[in-house]
Amino acid sequence: MIGGAYRLFPLILLLLSACGGGDAPQQQPEPLSRPVPVVRVAADAQPSPQDLAAQQILRRGNGEEPETLDPHRAQGVPANNILRDLFEGLTIELPDGQVAPGTAEHWDISRDGKRYTFYLRDDARWSNGDVVTAEDFVFGLRRSADPATSSPAVQVLSPIVNAHEVFAGTLPADSLGVRALNDHTVQIDLVAPTPYFLSLLTLPPAYPVHRPSLAAHGDQYSRPGNLVSNGAFVLSEWVIYSHILLNRNPFYWDYEKIYLDQVYYYPFADQNAELAHYRAGDLDWTYEVPSSQYDWLEQKLPDELSVTPWLGTYYLGFNLTRAPFEALPELRVALSLAVDRELLVDKVTRFGELPTFHLVPKGIPRYESPEYDYENWTQAEREAEAKRLYQRAGYDEEFPLRIELRYNTSANHKKIALAVAAMWQQVLGVETVLINEEWRVFLQNRQQGRITEVYRGGWIGDYNDPYAFLEIFHSQHRQNDSGYENPTFDRLLERIGTERIPSRRMRLLAESERVLLQDLPLLPLYTYVTKRLVSPRVQGWQPNVMDNHLSRWMYIVRTEDELSQADREANEQARRTTESELVDTVDETVDVLVDKSLDNLGEIAVDTVTKGVQRDPMAGDNPAVSAVDKSMESADEVQIQRAEMDAEVEAEPEPESIAGAAEAQELSPELRPERMEEDR
Amino acid sequence: MIAYALRRLLGAIPTLLMLITLAFFMIRLSPGGPFDNERTLPPEIEANLNARYHLDEPLAMQYARYLGNVLRFDFGPSFQYKDWTVNELISSGFPVSATLGLLAMALALVVGLSAGTYAALRQNSWIDYGVMTIAMTGISIPTFVVAPLLILVVALSLGWLPAGGWDWTPARMVMPVVTLALPLIAYISRLMRASLIEVLHSNFIRTARAKGLSERQVIFRHALKPAALPVISFLGPAIASVLTGSVVVERIFTVPGLGSHFVQGALNRDYTLVLGVVVFYGMLIIVLNFLVDLIYAWLDPRIRYDRRWS
Repeated sequence: MIGGAYRLFPLILLLLSACGGGDAPQQQPEPLSRPVPVVRVAADAQPSPQDLAAQQILRRGNGEEPETLDPHRAQGVPANNILRDLFEGLTIELPDGQVAPGTAEHWDISRDGKRYTFYLRDDARWSNGDVVTAEDFVFGLRRSADPATSSPAVQVLSPIVNAHEVFAGTLPADSLGVRALNDHTVQIDLVAPTPYFLSLLTLPPAYPVHRPSLAAHGDQYSRPGNLVSNGAFVLSEWVIYSHILLNRNPFYWDYEKIYLDQVYYYPFADQNAELAHYRAGDLDWTYEVPSSQYDWLEQKLPDELSVTPWLGTYYLGFNLTRAPFEALPELRVALSLAVDRELLVDKVTRFGELPTFHLVPKGIPRYESPEYDYENWTQAEREAEAKRLYQRAGYDEEFPLRIELRYNTSANHKKIALAVAAMWQQVLGVETVLINEEWRVFLQNRQQGRITEVYRGGWIGDYNDPYAFLEIFHSQHRQNDSGYENPTFDRLLERIGTERIPSRRMRLLAESERVLLQDLPLLPLYTYVTKRLVSPRVQGWQPNVMDNHLSRWMYIVRTEDELSQADREANEQARRTTESELVDTVDETVDVLVDKSLDNLGEIAVDTVTKGVQRDPMAGDNPAVSAVDKSMESADEVQIQRAEMDAEVEAEPEPESIAGAAEAQELSPELRPERMEEDR
Repeated sequence: MIAYALRRLLGAIPTLLMLITLAFFMIRLSPGGPFDNERTLPPEIEANLNARYHLDEPLAMQYARYLGNVLRFDFGPSFQYKDWTVNELISSGFPVSATLGLLAMALALVVGLSAGTYAALRQNSWIDYGVMTIAMTGISIPTFVVAPLLILVVALSLGWLPAGGWDWTPARMVMPVVTLALPLIAYISRLMRASLIEVLHSNFIRTARAKGLSERQVIFRHALKPAALPVISFLGPAIASVLTGSVVVERIFTVPGLGSHFVQGALNRDYTLVLGVVVFYGMLIIVLNFLVDLIYAWLDPRIRYDRRWS
């Protein structure tokens, strides 16, 4: 870990001397120079072995400390990130977010869409070597739904038959609609056809449990040493507020295709601390970046900054249960139109967030958002209409609207609240009092709705479906903090729940969003983006709207410096082989191999020179390179390299620019699972 | 002396009880609960969680239950970190915070006492002004400014040290220790200077000088011990606070110490964790103050507790 840090220090020195004049605005934007990674992917999309760095260790920043690593008691993004690596559900997510077979090799769905039969792979194993059986999944689902477990994320299982009765304790856990037909077959019955059900199964509440270790360790089941998991990695260390270390699971069925040996998860309470660690070379992947640092990041680390759309909407909610918003949709529309969203994302949020008038983010496959007249107007037209509606609602300059806008304490929310209040003031003359509250105080006020008038809200989709957003405005939904209650809207949602024909379902969804936006219990501002720094050495991942990235797909590639260094080592090694007494003992085939490898190395050397690559003396401490001591192995490796070089193709580097992000993000037709918690 | 010590320790019990009571009811008075989140829990789950942690019982009963557990030194399970008990969190965080704190205090004592003494002996010279100006700066600049600056310069520009993290190696301790020590150095040197100047003007020093002792003997044998008294009384609470960790330093250098639990626990409404840390901190302060009083008696012959109490 420290070794890694020191290796990058010279580079950081270099980059800092490059921007030695401080951040003077007139200075030419000079990107930080980082080692250029080798990205060559063979035809089958697997990395070629010679491009893989010797140390396959990934260091991920991971936001807050996870509450627990018990998949059935966990909640929140940080815990879920780790659990996705430790466990494997019946289904999993591919790098692009599509749902793919996990422990279930394949499945059948009944004609009415309500019965799923999953067939488990024969080679699925727990990290202690035990076979993963259907009963493990059934037990896991029952335990998750059991009120005694008090799983905070249990709603994920609500589509299953009897789920609500089990949550409430009115039916025992084994009456949940889940059974093991035999050791390798799991059958799940649903209340209604649920098109996104497969994506729900990628989530921790649906993970299996290793029953013997749970029985042996009880509440301490999820600690290092006790936790037996069935995913690509196994828990090795957990030092609270320091790090969580995962090792590759030797019994994992797809072990051969897992490249990373170790994954470190570091909690960061402070975004700037995380950035400092990244800049010092101690992190390969950040959880987020400080919102205020856009200019610096864009200037200094443009190639490492990944900004892509995220399935979430930032909005302001109106409390409809009390004055002044209990009636008069005109007033809410006026306030919505008075906000210049383009200006807000350009000048305030800065990271390329997409301005929106909708609750459901654009780009969900097959979903067509309802048209909204105002969308195509100019801002001046919107403002004129806003003024008209404002006056119709009975307010004017003499009797302006006075409202309170509540948000939880955060520099970012404050900036947005200030900007919105200023726009309201400018266009309509509204007098806004900004109130920032500590998180839990804010939550309580927002939920109770007794003193709240306008509140900050935001919602990240649990799964890639409009329903994930619309359901929170159902009059009975716990998340409905606005107190919105429209029987038409509720009925539409209930019909969507039972609709089997996909196209009709999508039309109903669009219709319900239209109804919602007409009543406007919320003021949508923008669609979230995910923003993080990723070292160019980390490959195998893709941006996706759900922002779930399993470490099992990732690998660390060599930099060109390291590659040329490795070549030189191999070259020397090969030469030594020809000279050493080994030649006498090794048979003729080795001689042939070595000759070939020498030729090959000549080519590589020419290649390297023409590319103008400089050799970095610091790269020499690569342990695996120096560990290549046996001449036989070296000769073999060179031979493999040659074969691979012939076959491989050059691939484009992965991270993408902000401008092209929206277009580049191809939303998959599959439904994807969830993000458990909203940004705070 | 033993009678005094016993009396002092017995006297600490009502103090602790008061502390627990106040802390218990204050954290309960704060709005919001430990299970509130962006995603509102279904009512049944919330009820189950409350039952699991006995939050559904009347407050008085919870208080009694808590007191009973504290008597057995059992601070209960953490509400936030469900895999860990408060005892485990404290025992994993405290050694880290204590190591940093003790190192910082040692550094602060060495530098602060020497600088203060030096300045006092050369009162009103430019050295005196220089030392005091630096000390004033040290007090004035908050740690949340010093720490990021150190990272920027030492870790990112010079690349001498890692930017943070924790693995019990000296390289990762240097910056947190220096950051913690800077304000302490400032306080100690100012205290030491003022008190030494006062002592040097007192009668017994004049007597010592009149006896013809060398300046060296006057200072080391007669002046330093009484001059250190104010520093000692400052050390009691200062050590307690520095041992239990600083949130700012821990967050910025990502050190897994006890300070973060305090603040994070309060923000998360992790009732048991906050109470546990408060009680632990309270006990630490009581013990350290007691030790300070003992050291006082040893340093200052005018103070003899046993005589007063017998």
